[in-house]
Amino acid sequence: MVERVVIVGAGPAGVRAAQTLAAAGLRPTLLDEAPATGGQIYRRQPAPFRRPYKTLYGFDAAKARQVHTAFDGLDGAVDHRARTLVWSLEGQRLCLMHEGGTENLSFDRLILATGAMDRVIPLPGWTLPGVYTLGGAQVALKHQACAIGERTCFVGSSPLLPYVAYQYARAGAGVAGIIDTTPRADKLRALPDLLAAAGTGAKGLYYMGWLASRGLRYRHAGIPIRIEGESHVTGVVVRMAGGRERHIACDAVAIGYGLKCEHQLADLAGCDFRFDSSNRQWVVAQDGVGRTSVAGIYVAGDGAVIRGADAAELAGERAALTVLEDIGRPVDRARVQKIDRRIAGIDRFRRGLETAFAYPHHLARDMADHVILCRCEAVTAGEVRHAVTQLGAHDINRAKAFCRVGMGRCQGRVCGPAAAEVIAGALQRPIEAAGRLRGQAPIKPVPISALADAAADLTVAA
Amino acid sequence: MTTPAEGGQLRRLGEWDRPSIRISIDGADCDALEGDVLLSALLLAGRRVRDSEFGDGPRAGFCWMGACQDCWVWLSDGRRVRACTTPVEPKMAVLTRAGETVVG
Ligand SMILES: Cc1cc2nc3c(=O)[nH]c(=O)nc-3n(C[C@H](O)[C@H](O)[C@H](O)COP(=O)(O)OP(=O)(O)OC[C@H]3O[C@@H](n4cnc5c(N)ncnc54)[C@H](O)[C@@H]3O)c2cc1C
Ligand code: FES
Repeated sequence: MVERVVIVGAGPAGVRAAQTLAAAGLRPTLLDEAPATGGQIYRRQPAPFRRPYKTLYGFDAAKARQVHTAFDGLDGAVDHRARTLVWSLEGQRLCLMHEGGTENLSFDRLILATGAMDRVIPLPGWTLPGVYTLGGAQVALKHQACAIGERTCFVGSSPLLPYVAYQYARAGAGVAGIIDTTPRADKLRALPDLLAAAGTGAKGLYYMGWLASRGLRYRHAGIPIRIEGESHVTGVVVRMAGGRERHIACDAVAIGYGLKCEHQLADLAGCDFRFDSSNRQWVVAQDGVGRTSVAGIYVAGDGAVIRGADAAELAGERAALTVLEDIGRPVDRARVQKIDRRIAGIDRFRRGLETAFAYPHHLARDMADHVILCRCEAVTAGEVRHAVTQLGAHDINRAKAFCRVGMGRCQGRVCGPAAAEVIAGALQRPIEAAGRLRGQAPIKPVPISALADAAADLTVAA
Repeated sequence: MTTPAEGGQLRRLGEWDRPSIRISIDGADCDALEGDVLLSALLLAGRRVRDSEFGDGPRAGFCWMGACQDCWVWLSDGRRVRACTTPVEPKMAVLTRAGETVVG
């Protein structure tokens, strides 16, 4: 019997996994809701756009081309289904939505390479038009050749902060300010680990140097206090390193505090999770080479551990090799060892990044009561604290039941990390005690009619 | 070719040389370009995509990658679509208020 292997996510991890399985003679199915392969970092522009690789991907142009050509060369060896959302998982079956219609797809083995999104810390004004994530600001540029505003202020603590500011300035967009919440001393402390990964660490320094040479100051240890505006952004107030408050006029704000894993499908599959205290988030428990606690379900890339694109490519290949091992196919031991060594090297760089762009979780814990914490349901931080201290919610799932935090359309993707900090703060307990927000199907909104169709199919098939 | 309307949120930085596509936003004609997603079309023309159901004001998307769900709009045929992942098509009629239910 030929094993039916399905991969969710066609970013660097999923593409390399598909390539590895195809090379072994399996014909994997590769699902992605995006119109083309590439994932976040190597996202392709729509057909009529003409910008060259160098303009789109900068220093990563060669790698982007390699990932794209690796996939394009697979022609027929992979069953690639673009614009296909996986919105649920039941046992060995996935629920898909493509062009408004639903379909179920069964699998023997499943590799989840679902990537990551920006982690945010809400502040007053963050729901105003003109405020976007750092990753979102980059998508607007890469995918649409648009800047999110006339003059954008970049705020947060993330490797994307200097990079996206640089990409904007290079593309001719107005940069109103670049405010990094991490103190400069932490950047210096992280340098040895960052520079250990030769090229990658140097890129970050290059971006900061380039910005400085254009008179765009990269400011450390600035804390965003509030975003101002009535119907859209008109400025942001920042407490600078010396304690002085400064108003920066701008019509757009790009904000982010590192990335968080997208792991809703692993959650539905019943995979065990563990708390990663180094970057304060729950991650899918795995054996380091992709196997989760559920037999036949594997994870790879930034959806499993935030380590960036190079590690995602390696982890995708590694998870595919693990699948091959598990179904009794021969694998190249030398290649396996090489991948494991290279991933270990990237882990050191990742520790450096976590120091250089520290997550200022106290900003979430201490946010004022009136701040909208959950933007889907407009739940304030005060309402969440009330659920904890007055109603007795002892974790995030209880708080959700009591005050709807994390219950909206995004299922807590956006507010989850900050909500957990607020709850842990109110409980006066460590963050792990706030628990992990559990997801439910559909993991992204689908029309009611589609849900009914899929339920009928599952019942008939059962 | 569209010139960013005064008051539009986004600024086009290039890729002007694409066929134009006429859509409408709340009944007003709007010229987008082939390859634009609805979120771009809406935010080149104005600064609002929808209103919060909770009365806390206008929203205009947040993540641009299909995660936050803060950019859902209606089409005149009753469909609800996520503006950041839906490419513009000729004659699309976008409504930024009222419509049918989506669960999730
Ligand atoms: C907006 C954004 C921009 C980024 N830009 C950069 C950058 O410029 N440089 C950098 O080094 N890193 C960047 N990153 C970090 C990025 O996570 C990694 O570099 C890299 O893209 C991770 O690769 P991956 O294959 O693990 O996941 P991704 O590249 O994120 O790919 C995951 C894919 O899975 C698909 N997917 C997820 N869930 C489902 C589902 N349920 N159904 C169907 N499809 C699904 C997504 O559509 C996506 O295409 C960015 C991250 C984000 C969120
Ligand atoms: S802007 Fe976040 S889903 Fe569209």
